[in-house]
Amino acid sequence: MARMKFICDAERCIECNGCVTACKNEHEVPWGVNRRRVVTLNDGVPGEKSISVACMHCSDAPCMAVCPVNCFYRTDEGVVLHDKDVCIGCGYCSYACPFGAPQFPSQGTFGVRGKMDKCTFCAGGPEANGSQAEFEKYGRNRLAEGKLPACAEMCSTKALLAGDGDVVADIFRNRVVQRGKGAEVWGWGTAYGTQQGGQPPAGAKS
Amino acid sequence: MKRISITLTALLVLAGVSACTEKPQTGGGVRQDAAPYTGTGSNFTQPGWKAGDKTSWEQQLKARQQYSQNEYTRTR
Repeated sequence: MARMKFICDAERCIECNGCVTACKNEHEVPWGVNRRRVVTLNDGVPGEKSISVACMHCSDAPCMAVCPVNCFYRTDEGVVLHDKDVCIGCGYCSYACPFGAPQFPSQGTFGVRGKMDKCTFCAGGPEANGSQAEFEKYGRNRLAEGKLPACAEMCSTKALLAGDGDVVADIFRNRVVQRGKGAEVWGWGTAYGTQQGGQPPAGAKS
Repeated sequence: MKRISITLTALLVLAGVSACTEKPQTGGGVRQDAAPYTGTGSNFTQPGWKAGDKTSWEQQLKARQQYSQNEYTRTR
């Protein structure tokens, strides 16, 4: 199986926040923590676009690179997960992430700051699959139930696609061919491509 | 006598310094996580695949992607 990936089709997203609600409900995410959120690009300008953003489970995840306690790990399916028993809540991952995915509860282990929380691609954490301990720390493990992430499955317009990267890319490619526009995929290159966010394209003069 | 005392002092200093060595840092995060295809044993598991069978799990997810996210397969 290829790697698990997210695509948000900006041509289809209607900013309904169904994905955000589905995520919050599925994992019982506390107040102040938004594993997923909808962002509007060029807000108020004719032709504005909305996209649903969460952890993209990057191929070369910056959060993994900067974590001083090495609490992140990547599964065989390419899902980037972390161990809350190891996390020290330093926030380095938050600065490194180009998508603003890491979230910190305002109350928790470190008093005014809890351990980092982020999208798990509905794959839970290092605790036993489907266990109560896993649910309380990371939320439901839908992948181990043979399901896809709740955000994508609840998306009313199917703007948010999740799952095997090859299948997701095929579905999106077919859409673009059918409608003849909207081939831009926000965040795809940053998360899964060789060009990292904030870096000039290869060959560009500095 | 002086030489013996110097040797003893040196040995004591060495013993004292050796207690200050850094402990080995082996806590490099958690790498043990059960693969998702092993299932959860939950009653909410999607039927159509067998827990523990990686191939059937992959096929189940790919099929689910097609029928739940690709409406072109239904409108064609």
